[in-house]
Amino acid sequence: MTYQSKKSGKRTAAGSALVLSLALLLCNLACSRSSTSSAPLPKPTAYGTAIVESSGGKQAAAVGTPLAQPVVLQVNDEQGNALPGALVTLRGPNGVYLDPATGLTDSSGQFTSNVSLGVVPGRYQITASTATKAGKVVDLKVEEVALGYQEMLGSQLNDQYCARCHNQESSAERVSNYDNLETKPHPFTEGDTLNKMTDADLTAIISHGGPALNKSPLMPPYGYTLSKSEMQAVIAYIRMISDPPYGAPGIVYAQQ
Amino acid sequence: MRLPDSLEKLRQKFFGNTVRAFGWTSLFLLILLAIAPAKNHFAEWRRYQRGYEKLISKRSDAVTLSRHFEPGIQQIWLPEMNVVDRCESCHSALKEPTLMDVTAQPYRPHPPIPHKLEQFGCSVCHRGQGAATSVEEAHMSTLAWEEPLLPAKYLESSCGQCHQQDLKGTPQLNLGRKMLAQYGCVHCHTIKRPDGSVITGVDDPPSLAHVADKTTREWVYAWLKDPQAYSTSATMPNFKLKDEDARDISAFLISSSTSAGVKVVQASLDQAKKVKDDAALQTKAASLYGESFCASCHAVQNAAGNLVGGNVGPELTKVGTKVRPEWLQAWVRNPHDYDPPTGMPHYRFTDQEVGLLTGFLMGKSDSDLLANVHLDTATQEQIDHGKRLVNDYGCASCHEINGIKHPDNFAPELTRIGSKPVSQLAFAAGVPHTLYDYINAKIRQPRAFGSGLKMPQYTFSTAQVDALENALLSHNERSLTMPAAKTVAALPASHYEPAGAAGKLIKDLNCFSCHAINGRGGDMAPDLTWEGSSVQREWLVQFFRNPNTLRPALIRRMPKFNLTDAEINTLTDYIMAVYQSPKIDRDAMPMSGYSAGEVELGKQLYYSKFACQGCHIIDTKQDKGYVGPTLTHVGSRLSAAWVYNWMKDPQALRPGTQEPKRNMSDDDARALTAFLMSQKGREAQEAKKR
Repeated sequence: MTYQSKKSGKRTAAGSALVLSLALLLCNLACSRSSTSSAPLPKPTAYGTAIVESSGGKQAAAVGTPLAQPVVLQVNDEQGNALPGALVTLRGPNGVYLDPATGLTDSSGQFTSNVSLGVVPGRYQITASTATKAGKVVDLKVEEVALGYQEMLGSQLNDQYCARCHNQESSAERVSNYDNLETKPHPFTEGDTLNKMTDADLTAIISHGGPALNKSPLMPPYGYTLSKSEMQAVIAYIRMISDPPYGAPGIVYAQQ
Repeated sequence: MRLPDSLEKLRQKFFGNTVRAFGWTSLFLLILLAIAPAKNHFAEWRRYQRGYEKLISKRSDAVTLSRHFEPGIQQIWLPEMNVVDRCESCHSALKEPTLMDVTAQPYRPHPPIPHKLEQFGCSVCHRGQGAATSVEEAHMSTLAWEEPLLPAKYLESSCGQCHQQDLKGTPQLNLGRKMLAQYGCVHCHTIKRPDGSVITGVDDPPSLAHVADKTTREWVYAWLKDPQAYSTSATMPNFKLKDEDARDISAFLISSSTSAGVKVVQASLDQAKKVKDDAALQTKAASLYGESFCASCHAVQNAAGNLVGGNVGPELTKVGTKVRPEWLQAWVRNPHDYDPPTGMPHYRFTDQEVGLLTGFLMGKSDSDLLANVHLDTATQEQIDHGKRLVNDYGCASCHEINGIKHPDNFAPELTRIGSKPVSQLAFAAGVPHTLYDYINAKIRQPRAFGSGLKMPQYTFSTAQVDALENALLSHNERSLTMPAAKTVAALPASHYEPAGAAGKLIKDLNCFSCHAINGRGGDMAPDLTWEGSSVQREWLVQFFRNPNTLRPALIRRMPKFNLTDAEINTLTDYIMAVYQSPKIDRDAMPMSGYSAGEVELGKQLYYSKFACQGCHIIDTKQDKGYVGPTLTHVGSRLSAAWVYNWMKDPQALRPGTQEPKRNMSDDDARALTAFLMSQKGREAQEAKKR
């Protein structure tokens, strides 16, 4: 009996050693796997003091799809000059896909990443960070908007019917009328004004024109052109891209 | 030997007598019986339903929400589509718009879409295993379910199962479908729509039957090696040919080429030579290029490397390195001589002008492109090898090549690609085992699946690949078996051909490249289907003589075709007689003779009630509307009946036009028509003052 137990004891010792070595091996394998799947961080050759956005912020795209333009970030030194060779790391909320998520700034001091947004319509904040010489981390937040089906439809209707007056940006194909109008239309990002208007106000002004709310008579009525659901889509789009963000009034939550 | 003894003791203890044995057996059976209800009680979906009840109990509208909530397994059953969905069992808030602020799954409400969930269920659009009641099985991450949940970026493909037409809300799908026809995918791959029609290409790859007339073997070689090196916007994909393969294919293509017999006019060639050295002629040529609006269709790279111009014709940045001057002058003179079905219009240029443009375009060259290309005279062996390669790579699927037949079914048919079983796919290394990842990898890097594969390398952006994939995934088994009541068929392709002498002119001028008529043609310029109802004949004549744009800010414009008076008459007569809207009776409204009172009333309506000056210009000093066309001489351009009907319902005449419908009364519309018809242009106004 004692002999047996001794033997079994030995056996367990041998077993646990085996398990341990197996575990170590597995761990090693897993570690080596993870290191091959995500490339090792490049070594920065320079350290900046600030990170700024060059372009690519405030873009809107359909949920789950890549943004049309990449996000371009620049790392600056104390004098504000672009710094090549600095390490930039991007982080985003769940569902955001960054390609690449980390890397060194190029010869012009910039880091470019293609961004795909998550599947929930709304705003997505991407955080870009770079380390300074002192070991501190400086951050920059870049905001992007993911449009759901309704907002996407609204954005197309906006392009077709609204943008020529409500958007200052002009292109060769679509010239903006914004600068020609004496009473300036509100750009749809102008949250300070538009957030104060209820959905009913906006519906009234879209369907009956500016005079419905004592606004410019140059805003024509679209009530016989757009359907109700199309107007809702436009409003959903306006609410989504508003700056500052729009919070729906009227609903009180017991817990938030 | 001791173990059976202890077992014996146990047996004695529990089954010693009949009553005890019966008791224990009953207990055992009872436990067995309890497993089923227990399993049900601890089912995953119940946990989520309890979570939902907890979530809504804390909200201000808890009473309404709990009244809407039905516990138990919820199911949508659509027998005609063979669909059973139990997704609502866990996604309890799907139809609760007041919970829009909840983003955590499974309690996120469904975002607004134009369909009711009961009509289509969930798995028709999202795929996944609808009947399952556990997370893993439904979303399919573990079992070998053929249709795992579709990632959001491919969701539009589901819309394409029923909607064979372009849809407003699905830009990705629309783009993908367009790409299938535009990038020549359907030249090699057959794709049938559910109604049996086949998608046809619209890219019109050039015929190579007379390629030696047009260019040199060296250029063909360089092009075959890397089409994008010649022009970044080239649609031709890269076949990743070895040097000797490109050498042999170019040898075969040049040797198989026959002469198209293009007309060489020495005067134009001499003029073209002069342009090279003469700065004044160069300026003249550049302005002729500008006036002819070549840039509406052809792009050129500017100093910053950006493409400027349209994408209807090929990019011209390095065209001087590509084409022979003899060919180019013949092409500019009349493209139909070389390639009858071309989309390029026949401008009526004089020999001088042909020379100017030829010289100007020959100057657009890049000496680096062919600097390293040195080809010896081809041997017969090389030519034969080239011919074999041309057959192997299916070049004749796209291009017309002498001596090579168009191969049928060159590449796999893709009609059912969207429901191809994963088990039948051979994945390349590193590609996740799902159908959509497979298609994605196939488009991105076709040669990663094996070195002997023929599919060429395209240069698509991520968004383009996603769009193409959306279109491909929509071609699946369900789209083919969808009940007719739920499908929206594709618009039949229009093969409209205008008749007679005017028809010949329309073909010669290639009006369809930019304008649509009766459903056929491009969307770059206004639809002309009802042009005859819209405009006045005299204006049209003047417009053909000297097309000045109605919207001065646009880059793309109608070119001046240098038509003769007889040609203009033929065209205008045809347009005025044939392109009539059945909705408009041209005689219903008089063209003139409106009372001064009516005109004045119309003016007031124009400037105050309807505030048209926000978008249109009549008074060039005050009005600042750049959105719509200038109306200074609308009275001598449009017909009164068109203007009246436009006032009543612009969308009915041009669907999608930006001008809103105002629900105008007949009197208002009539007064506005009177006012607008009085706008005869500055000359007319000044004549009146005198």
